[in-house]
Amino acid sequence: MPNWVDEVEPMTFKGQIAVPYTWWVGDTGSRFLEAIRDQATFLGTRCPDCDTVYVPPRKNCGRCFTALDQWVEIARRGVVTAFTIVRANHPLQPVKSPFAYALIRLDGASVSILHLITKDLARLSIGVTVEAHFKEASQRTGHILDIDHFQII
Amino acid sequence: MPQRVAIVGTGQTDHKSHRPDVNQREMINEAVVRALEDCEMTIRDIDAIIIGNMDHFESINYVDTWSVEGSGGVMKPIMKITTGGTTGASVAIAAYYHVASGLFDKVLAIGWEKNSESDTTAAIVTCSDPVWDRFSYSGAIPSLASEASAYMEQYGATQHDAARVAVRDRKNAMNNPHAHLRKPVTIEDVMASPMLAYPVKLGDVCPRTDGACAVVLAADGIAQKVTPRPAWFVASAVRHTYTWFGDSTDYDQGLVSLKNASREAYQKAGIRNPADELDVAELYLPYTYAGLKYIEALDFCAPGHGPRFVADGHTEIDGKIPVNPSGGVISTNCIGATALLRVAEAAIQIMGKGGKRQVHGANLALATGFGGCFWSDVVLLCGDRP
Ligand SMILES: [Zn+2]
Repeated sequence: MPNWVDEVEPMTFKGQIAVPYTWWVGDTGSRFLEAIRDQATFLGTRCPDCDTVYVPPRKNCGRCFTALDQWVEIARRGVVTAFTIVRANHPLQPVKSPFAYALIRLDGASVSILHLITKDLARLSIGVTVEAHFKEASQRTGHILDIDHFQII
Repeated sequence: MPQRVAIVGTGQTDHKSHRPDVNQREMINEAVVRALEDCEMTIRDIDAIIIGNMDHFESINYVDTWSVEGSGGVMKPIMKITTGGTTGASVAIAAYYHVASGLFDKVLAIGWEKNSESDTTAAIVTCSDPVWDRFSYSGAIPSLASEASAYMEQYGATQHDAARVAVRDRKNAMNNPHAHLRKPVTIEDVMASPMLAYPVKLGDVCPRTDGACAVVLAADGIAQKVTPRPAWFVASAVRHTYTWFGDSTDYDQGLVSLKNASREAYQKAGIRNPADELDVAELYLPYTYAGLKYIEALDFCAPGHGPRFVADGHTEIDGKIPVNPSGGVISTNCIGATALLRVAEAAIQIMGKGGKRQVHGANLALATGFGGCFWSDVVLLCGDRP
């Protein structure tokens, strides 16, 4: 049986579409980003029905389906609830390896926030206490990476 | 034997060109909360959720799982339906199937779009075949411009005839507090607007809107307890004709998918003279020329008589068959929500909740969806339990 690639060239067609997405953060998320940019502090929202404190803040509680308007200031310190250490480099990663992606439950929050641990990785374990280190005020733009990294204490 | 199904509640956002105050999930939540309030239910009453938006429009994959915080889908069955412009009607029809099947009694249908977050045309282009059609004849405008000029050639319709459709829909939008474009236009305004692709001008086409719509469906026995006047599903029909643009350039046949789908629905409902028997129609008319041509496919009038039928006022709110008392797609187009808004607005008419846009005594209502490559969905709702 003849092989089709001997008879016809296998063609491909290169896509050209790049869609420039720009997502509105919304008033609730914008308050959080403003607080880390301007005050280097964390804000969360508390659910009046189940007492869950969400960080980053939510506009409604997914479980109770209740609108959330109680704002709570949250500590810069918390504990690591889960992590993975990255040892390979890739252009899309925010920093050079080795570093850890970690879920961190800040004191006063009920849920964990996803961020980076870049130093003392040998000491990293679940339950270890960490503290947020912010970029210099002039470098902060209202982005989640205005928090430079979390430091193990 | 399927369960009988009715719409018992609707909710929609106040549609705008952009909504900086909410993210996508939060915007969905607004419509859901309003729909639940409308039928005095809570999210705990809902058995399952169907949700849809346009693929690639916001770069959100798995909208079903990703949106649960806003939709109320936490720990509930939830399914995504996306069929291009018809998405909203397909969402409504899938929700109808869910309840009709007897497996679910109370289902929430959601459609939404945040057009302000992406390039609408770039996203629409991804609907056409990447090798054969995408390089030129794709996006919304080119195929509609070809359809419109073919229609003008066939029947001698004019740009003025088309402009009347925009005048009607934009006038009706003045009565709808949720509509996006609430400013009337004249035939002269439409004629003077910039030409996009002959004969389609800016004043002929729908806007890009941020908005969401949610509809609650309930089974026979529950629906009557939830609301005094449910909007019962009488029939639904879906037709997808082709995907290669060149396979259906015989525009002279009219909008075949809509003709076909509406005939099936009319037959199921026993409708012989739709313009006389229907009380109101919420039609997915993405541009003005559709307001002439598609009402022929729906058999409101004979082929080629669309311009006369509209000019004679038969589609006005006090006419023989009022079309788009909500202001329609030309006034509001949050695409994944657009066809669901047609179904919701048809239900609102039957439930008598239309306020200033209410058609007096509306009992039998038609809603349509349009999208993809000239595809059509049709839903017939009635105040009488079928
Ligand atoms: Zn809660």
